[in-house]
Amino acid sequence: MSYEPVIGLEVHLQLSTATKLFCGCPVKFGAPPNSQTCPVCLGLPGVLPVANERALEWGIRVGIALNCRIAEIMKFDRKQYFYPDLPKNYQISQYDRPLAQQGFLEIFVGGQAKRVGITRVHLEEDAGKLLHDASQTESFIDLNRAGVPLLEIVSEPDLRSSEEAYQYLIDLKAILQYLDVSTCNMEEGSLRCDTNVSLRRTGAAAFGSKVEIKNLNSFRAVKLALEHEIKRQAILLDQGHTIPQETRLWDARGLKTESMRSKEGAADYRYFPEPDLVPFHLDRALVDRVKAQLPELPAQRAARLQASYQLSAYDAQVLVQDRTLAELFEGALAAGAKPKPAANWMMGDLLAYANAQGVELSSLKLRPEWFAHLVELVEQGTLSGRMAKELFLQMVKEGRDPAQLAVEGGLRQISDADALERLADEVLQGNRSSVDDYLKGKTNALTHLMGQAMKRSQGKANPHQMTEILKRKLAQVKSSKP
Amino acid sequence: MSSGSLASKTIHELQELLASKQVSPPDILEDVLAAIARANPSLHAYLSVDADRLRRQLKEQPPSAGEGRLRGIPITVKDNICITGEETSCASKILAGFRPPYDATVIARLKREGAILIPRANMDEFAFGSSTENSAFGPTRNPWATDRVPGGSSGGSATAVAADLTIAALGSDTGGSIRQPAAFCGVVGVKPTYGRVSRYGLVAFASSLDQIGPLAKDVTDAAIVLSVIAGHDPNDSTSAPVAVPDYAKELKTPLKGARLGVPVLPEAGLDPEVKTAIREAIAAFERLGYTTVPVELPHLAQSVETYYIIATAEASSNLARYDGTQYGFRGSGNGGEGALLEMHLRTRTDGFGAEAKRRILLGTYVLSHGYYDAYYLKGMKVRTLIKNDFDKALTRCDAIVLPTAPTPAFRIGEKLSDPLQMYLSDIYTISANLAGVPALSMPCGFSREGLPIGLQLVAAPFKEDVLLRIAHAYEQATEWHRRTPVMSDK
Amino acid sequence: MAVVTPDVVKQVAFLARLRLEGEALTRLAAQLDEILGYIQRLQQVSTDGVEPTSHVLPLANVLRKDEIRPSLPQEAVTALAPAARPPFIAVPKVIET
Repeated sequence: MSYEPVIGLEVHLQLSTATKLFCGCPVKFGAPPNSQTCPVCLGLPGVLPVANERALEWGIRVGIALNCRIAEIMKFDRKQYFYPDLPKNYQISQYDRPLAQQGFLEIFVGGQAKRVGITRVHLEEDAGKLLHDASQTESFIDLNRAGVPLLEIVSEPDLRSSEEAYQYLIDLKAILQYLDVSTCNMEEGSLRCDTNVSLRRTGAAAFGSKVEIKNLNSFRAVKLALEHEIKRQAILLDQGHTIPQETRLWDARGLKTESMRSKEGAADYRYFPEPDLVPFHLDRALVDRVKAQLPELPAQRAARLQASYQLSAYDAQVLVQDRTLAELFEGALAAGAKPKPAANWMMGDLLAYANAQGVELSSLKLRPEWFAHLVELVEQGTLSGRMAKELFLQMVKEGRDPAQLAVEGGLRQISDADALERLADEVLQGNRSSVDDYLKGKTNALTHLMGQAMKRSQGKANPHQMTEILKRKLAQVKSSKP
Repeated sequence: MSSGSLASKTIHELQELLASKQVSPPDILEDVLAAIARANPSLHAYLSVDADRLRRQLKEQPPSAGEGRLRGIPITVKDNICITGEETSCASKILAGFRPPYDATVIARLKREGAILIPRANMDEFAFGSSTENSAFGPTRNPWATDRVPGGSSGGSATAVAADLTIAALGSDTGGSIRQPAAFCGVVGVKPTYGRVSRYGLVAFASSLDQIGPLAKDVTDAAIVLSVIAGHDPNDSTSAPVAVPDYAKELKTPLKGARLGVPVLPEAGLDPEVKTAIREAIAAFERLGYTTVPVELPHLAQSVETYYIIATAEASSNLARYDGTQYGFRGSGNGGEGALLEMHLRTRTDGFGAEAKRRILLGTYVLSHGYYDAYYLKGMKVRTLIKNDFDKALTRCDAIVLPTAPTPAFRIGEKLSDPLQMYLSDIYTISANLAGVPALSMPCGFSREGLPIGLQLVAAPFKEDVLLRIAHAYEQATEWHRRTPVMSDK
Repeated sequence: MAVVTPDVVKQVAFLARLRLEGEALTRLAAQLDEILGYIQRLQQVSTDGVEPTSHVLPLANVLRKDEIRPSLPQEAVTALAPAARPPFIAVPKVIET
């Protein structure tokens, strides 16, 4: 039986405003527990929320960037449930009049563009943190995070594979990075993702029953979890079972999804309009102003790079997906680097390094002009390709200008003609049999002689020049033989 | 000046005495403390009084307090308004011992003007009630007849003002909780326009209905306190950016050609003596040159049901936070699996009284899945109709006049067995909260048994000055406000 | 026929984290049934075309600047809690799956 997965993604994004959504407490990551709280975000008796202007503006920014209709009238609602990390035992969220609806995002999978719908974007306050592992009998509560502004971004169930889901997250993250509204970091928890997936027989119109998956800590986990879950559901369906609609948790160690202890029925959140907050009329002039002030977004940047630098669509796509990468690239070009070699360094060595180390590019302290220097060193023949790759690693690890490193390491290629002449003489003198072979017509003897030259010079001889010098000297030997 | 008499004075009288240096702030405080020591044990207006702490409060006032409009004036505070470091329990076991780490905005304003705050005026638990019998710590007694209720939920504040155990008081009003006890105790009580006074620091009952307001010995005092506490607050998103007039100054200006609206009322349960007193008050107004016009409030009859949907829904949500986690009382279980749930259940089951549970259940029910449209949404629509009634009526008159409560103070225990009957007694006060309009109660007579009867005036939004001026004119023409209860020293 | 039976009240009570049993449950159910019966009168009021009022003041767009205001010291937070292991507030262990 062949099934088609139907996948939706729900992303929660912590906004990096200075203060929380409804009070003036700071939003800095990593502060001592319960040191960034006040009566309002603690939900003490008698307190009232007041909405953060910047959080609203940034929410509109995201809504516009995702091609949504921004609400004309927006309001907040209370979502009610009991949990120790929720001070008021209700969350101020948005129910029927959210900030933005009916948008879309274009993703590129397998070279093809696909439009994924965005159902809604809304604002809500984050809950605090519960720690369970420090004690056998108690859980500990840290409310620093309570009240931090969150944007919830819900996609339509338009995704049809784990690859598409993965690419959606990459592309969404890129847009959010460009908007400068969040650190977009799953490790820090500033970007969180839940997914839901159902299967239907290929060609069927109706949706199957939806399983929600939580506890996903990386984009890769999302992909793996979906792959696992799709297989699990397919097996069950093949065996004639039905899929119970439920929430499952991803087990990152066991690489499987597990059913959560079932709650009694679906939660009744008893939504009603938040009486402590008045409605928001988002006039079109405000929306237009935010729109006009939007930075260049990834798709536009990719188009521009393609046009300006004759890059392929694929290359442009890769370069813009991470804002740091795109900025390094354009900065390198501004510092004089040629597009193609710069792109190669970025898309090849740099991305490979970041992925292997599992670090965000933004955490590497790199300056764009260093890439220009690197490219130039290679172009001028000062560095061999191999030396350049070594230098690149050093540059990234130590965070220093490769031009400086090259001087210090004495890594500059030997391009001095006299030095090369002397080196060639030494090599020819020390390898008579190879010389003879060459003169007899065995051209690969030149390769051997080159190898010797590189060995003697610790790889520093400029290969192009060296080859020319050796060839000339060998020709002289030939012509001087009796 | 014989000692013990300062507690019986009004704010404006004391301001004159202070200005002429005939008395000093400690004189006033000591007289009030002496009065409290004498009468509070039997009246139970205050849940607790720490005299030394109050003396310290006076001593530790900053020098700037000396310039304040209320310098040296003791103001009683209902047990649901937050004062830094003072026990604020809302007369509930679940908040027993809770000391907020912040001041309500109205408290900060009173402090700035040099007032001495006397906390813990008794109330119905979480303001749920019309008699102060729902206090977890015992009822307050009406100083006019100690077998009677003082009204609620601001019963302690009203009693303190009526029995001269303070100079003036703050209460809160969600469905009549300032006005009705003011009527039962023969004092002036004002519920401001919704948004006139900041709610920041008022422990919420029903967020779209609550307001803090003054209870005072006369209209002038109410005007003075209102001027201090009113005004926009950036900490309260629902507070109105409307300038605050000098209400006390405005009192002197008579309202020429004022019209009073007289509505046709549902009269079920209306005591004939109350009806007569109101009629006589209207006659008095006519003698003062006011004209009366008939007005209609057709949906007043639906106000109780509308109120009890909206108020309990909001209350059930506002009270969800009381679960023993972060502050207040925590009920403990036996540990093991399910211990957290047990903590929630025990805290709330043991910590809340019967009326609180009733309202929480009602509110949870009307908001629960499948019932929202039939109840809450319906209630919000009828609220619109009620508000429209008032808007329309108030284009035809400057203020509407009606009784505050259908009866004078009832006996302690009389209405406890029938919650619905208790709710129905709020019939004349509730709709002003639903419409968000300002309303005032003042004494207009006494029953044959010597119990005060209250007259209510309702005006258009932000027309407190109109209310106060009309009230002041009536007060000056009558003597009701000069009568004080005779209390035996027990 | 009661609108609100003890069974219904029990479910609603759980939603509100209240424990009700036996005589207290029956009594409360009867009271709530009477009150809700009275509230049903609202169904007879015509509200066709009437907008609901969720805010009685015509206020909109109340916002504050994204500027830091002082937080409470951590000791003040834990001092309020019935149980604390500073710097944390403590509750009985929460069991998740």
